[in-house]
Amino acid sequence: MEATRPFDFANLHFKGEGGTLIPLLQKVQTEEGYISKERIEEIHRKTGVPLSHIFGVATFYAQFRLRPVGRNIIKVCHGTACHVAGANAISASLKDILQIGDGETTPDRAFTVETVSCLGCCSLAPVIMVNKDTHGNLAPADLRKALAPYRSGKA
Amino acid sequence: MKILVGLGTCGIAAGAAATYAAVLSRTGPLDGSCRVEKTGCAGMCYREPLVEVRDDDGTRWQYGQITPARVDRLVSEHVVNGSPVTDWLVWTSGGKGQEQAFIDRQHRIVLENCGVIDPEKIEEYLEKGGYQALEKVLARKDPDGLIGQIIESGLRGRGGAGFLTGMKWRFTRLAPGKQKYVICNADEGDPGAFMDRSVLESDPHAVLEGMAIAGHAIGATKGYIYVRAEYPLAVERLTIAIAQAEARGLLGDGILGTGFEFHVSLKEGAGAFVCGEETALIASIEGRRGMPRVRPPFPAVKGLWESPTNINNVETFANVPWIVRNGAEAFSRLGTAKSKGTKVFAMAGKIRRGGLVEVPMGISIREIVHDVCGGIKENRKFKAVQMGGPSGGCIPAELEDTVIDYESINKTGAIMGSGGLVVVDETTCMVDMARFFLDFTQRESCGKCTFCRIGTRRMLEILSRITAGQGVDGDIEKLESLALLVKNNSLCGLGQTAPNPVLTTLKYFRAEYEAHISNRKCPAHQCQALLTYTINEKCNGCGVCGRACSAKAITGEKRKPHVIDHEKCIRCDECYRACRFDAITRM
Repeated sequence: MEATRPFDFANLHFKGEGGTLIPLLQKVQTEEGYISKERIEEIHRKTGVPLSHIFGVATFYAQFRLRPVGRNIIKVCHGTACHVAGANAISASLKDILQIGDGETTPDRAFTVETVSCLGCCSLAPVIMVNKDTHGNLAPADLRKALAPYRSGKA
Repeated sequence: MKILVGLGTCGIAAGAAATYAAVLSRTGPLDGSCRVEKTGCAGMCYREPLVEVRDDDGTRWQYGQITPARVDRLVSEHVVNGSPVTDWLVWTSGGKGQEQAFIDRQHRIVLENCGVIDPEKIEEYLEKGGYQALEKVLARKDPDGLIGQIIESGLRGRGGAGFLTGMKWRFTRLAPGKQKYVICNADEGDPGAFMDRSVLESDPHAVLEGMAIAGHAIGATKGYIYVRAEYPLAVERLTIAIAQAEARGLLGDGILGTGFEFHVSLKEGAGAFVCGEETALIASIEGRRGMPRVRPPFPAVKGLWESPTNINNVETFANVPWIVRNGAEAFSRLGTAKSKGTKVFAMAGKIRRGGLVEVPMGISIREIVHDVCGGIKENRKFKAVQMGGPSGGCIPAELEDTVIDYESINKTGAIMGSGGLVVVDETTCMVDMARFFLDFTQRESCGKCTFCRIGTRRMLEILSRITAGQGVDGDIEKLESLALLVKNNSLCGLGQTAPNPVLTTLKYFRAEYEAHISNRKCPAHQCQALLTYTINEKCNGCGVCGRACSAKAITGEKRKPHVIDHEKCIRCDECYRACRFDAITRM
């Protein structure tokens, strides 16, 4: 995911149908990890949607990130079941291990931590998701071990 | 004989993909008489990964917690030698499992095919009678009669509000307009609810068929499924299902050789709870910020792109084909006077058997918690159920005989909601629970209405202060008056219901609030700021607590009492849970 890769508008099949802005932003984020100022300006130039509207949509939805992220994204579930099962302790322990808070990225760009509302795996609470892998039934003491393979790029 | 491995999101999270690979490689060298297939979620999340062995005569043997290491014995004994491994059997169609009650007490309509068929193969859905309901309504060509049948069945919206589905369809049908739309609301945002995810992952065609039937009823040619981006597997399986249905002429132009046309597209949400509200959802599909607007006009009259639009929830649509196939009467026979049919609940929290439970309306909370789900973990005391997510409330154990129907639940101050049921025990603090939900609604408020935007924030501040041990006299009264203001002055369901978790906990657990404020104590020993961890004289220096401590706050020599450094302690509770000698005191 290089941030400099040209974003190809020609291959997007969103024309002829309304409501293209959100899928467009999602596509940018999938390819580049986040939505840069340059991309917002580019979308504005190509689609004619006002900048204020694009920025408004990009900041409204929790999914969109306006800053670059780390190689691995840790989503800490704070749904009801995870909360009851100790999600706060998981977050506190992550903060302890990585020295970063919610929404932040480690200086070496290995990890970004995000708090999410519910991953829908309530019966395995507490749950974190690293990239696309879900880790359930966690205790704070399990975290170092769970994260190790991602740090070294082996997972 | 075939082996089915449950590959829903929770199964995969529990390691089902590795189990599936192990089953494949173990059965590979066999003579080929045993097939291996994927299936969706059987609902027994607490026993994942689930593996079913199905005999040729249809007898089903459901095994729980089948890790790759257990595959060899399972295949050798059951498949090769024909003797089931009774130790791991959780349920069988012959009544021989260890936990028969979990499945046998259920009545499955929506979950009928979940964990039974391969969701990625339309043939298996067709074998189960799939798309026959669509065929039937297209042959009858009587949309008004169809709507009458849905009204007669008594089906009410399963997304939370409980509006009569058939009436909604009728309003959309009668609304003037050439282009009409059907939207499936799959933005399952309530933390603690996962039944829609499971249905989409395990039986996507049932939802598509329900939508096509609705399209025929109201005269729509286009449908959208607005699905949460947090559910990648549901998106993947829906995409496959739509392509398969189109290839077989069950969706698209000229469905089943008739003139009926119905196209379905997926729209991925972008993470906003408020988009579960129908006008906000429409705004989001149109590419705008998901902010609700004043109703009327209702979407049935003016919805997507200003056209008449019918919006139903995933579970609602999944009921429709069954009702058409079996008749309205078969459906309305189940349930209570005003709430018909079944409801799927997502059971989570401190319960022994967490997972998906589909029960007839009218069953009591006690029956679900104790009989179906086996009661509370670790024999702790049942304290309350939280129902309806952030819009709902806590129903205390004293009211466990409350029956599940829309009206009875509303009377307690909670709501049916989408059906998330989080069970809590004596170790859960109700003030913290209320704070948790307010934190959620405060973040998710779209900001349009002042009372919701600022009122929820002020309420959260008060609750945070109480749980931090800094509550003051008058806080409870302030919370109550703010709650009413937010309730009465918000435009949409989010704001109108946001105070419910506070109001219900105040109603049933007021003493806990008072203990926090007046005595600076958390009766459930959960509010971290009100706790201190110390090591008492029972410590024999075994060192288990030190190893469990991720903050490295515990020190001491081997076989000598250890100490906790209060500066370093993050109060994570790990040492308390790890200690086998009762040597950690939590005050």
